[in-house]
Amino acid sequence: MKAHVHVMLKDGVLDPQGEAVRHALGGLGFGGVQQVRQGKVIELDLADGTTEDTVREMCEKLLANTVIESYRIEMP
Amino acid sequence: MRAAVIVFPGSNCDRDLAVAFREAGCTVEMVWHKDTSLPEGVDIIGLPGGFSFGDYLRCGAIAANSPICTEVKAHADRGGYVVGICNGFQVLTETGLLPGALLRNGGIKYICRTVPLIVETADSVYTNGYDAGQEIEIPIAHHDGNYTATDDVVSELTDNDRIAFRYGANPNGSTADIAGILSSNRRVLGMMPHPERAADEQHGGTDGKALFASLASALTAA
Repeated sequence: MKAHVHVMLKDGVLDPQGEAVRHALGGLGFGGVQQVRQGKVIELDLADGTTEDTVREMCEKLLANTVIESYRIEMP
Repeated sequence: MRAAVIVFPGSNCDRDLAVAFREAGCTVEMVWHKDTSLPEGVDIIGLPGGFSFGDYLRCGAIAANSPICTEVKAHADRGGYVVGICNGFQVLTETGLLPGALLRNGGIKYICRTVPLIVETADSVYTNGYDAGQEIEIPIAHHDGNYTATDDVVSELTDNDRIAFRYGANPNGSTADIAGILSSNRRVLGMMPHPERAADEQHGGTDGKALFASLASALTAA
């Protein structure tokens, strides 16, 4: 079974990379891009029966730094 | 004084740090990240600069969860001394030994140059060889040195004189120009600039030397 973990910088935490992407989009002529936030998606291939609680523990311990990042788990 | 320098895959300032400790009169042992114990009688642990584990996931995140870091945390919890420089600072925030986090530089670019630092407090074994308010020149070399923390954390650091160094001219967007901070017991120091790269005439500057000298004299006397 697969799980997806979406990790994003928390609201209010400056995202210089997202900001650079926003500038680049403007440079390509795409108007009206108000904000870009760049995060990451981590795909986990897990043993059947792995619980969402276990994945949450993985997020808290390693996959996200909850000082600056939030995460969202998608599981089947 | 006995120092242990932790070596992670991707550390690249480990030997420079060992040389700086040795020049200050310490006995130094290199400790591999997979080791599960520290050498007997270690006074201070150095977490060196570099790109541990290729900065994969987040800078310092994988190193902070390596086997030896359990011992590093236990050493700090016992009141032991730990200094983390550059990537070592990132590891310290990831372990939770120091608050806050290091984000990508505000200007996106990797910065490698010597910058002015203000010594904010002389009240620590690391900084008592300087005067509070003294300006020194120390190299920085980082892509993710933009210190961030909540307002509460910054107030707590400020009110308790835990900001060790501030940038004279903020190069990376760090909150409150913070370049280095101390733990509440003042024994754990994390800083982005590299004092070990300014500790010998041939480095082009020696302003970092006092940090290792004061540390060695404090810990040798203890």
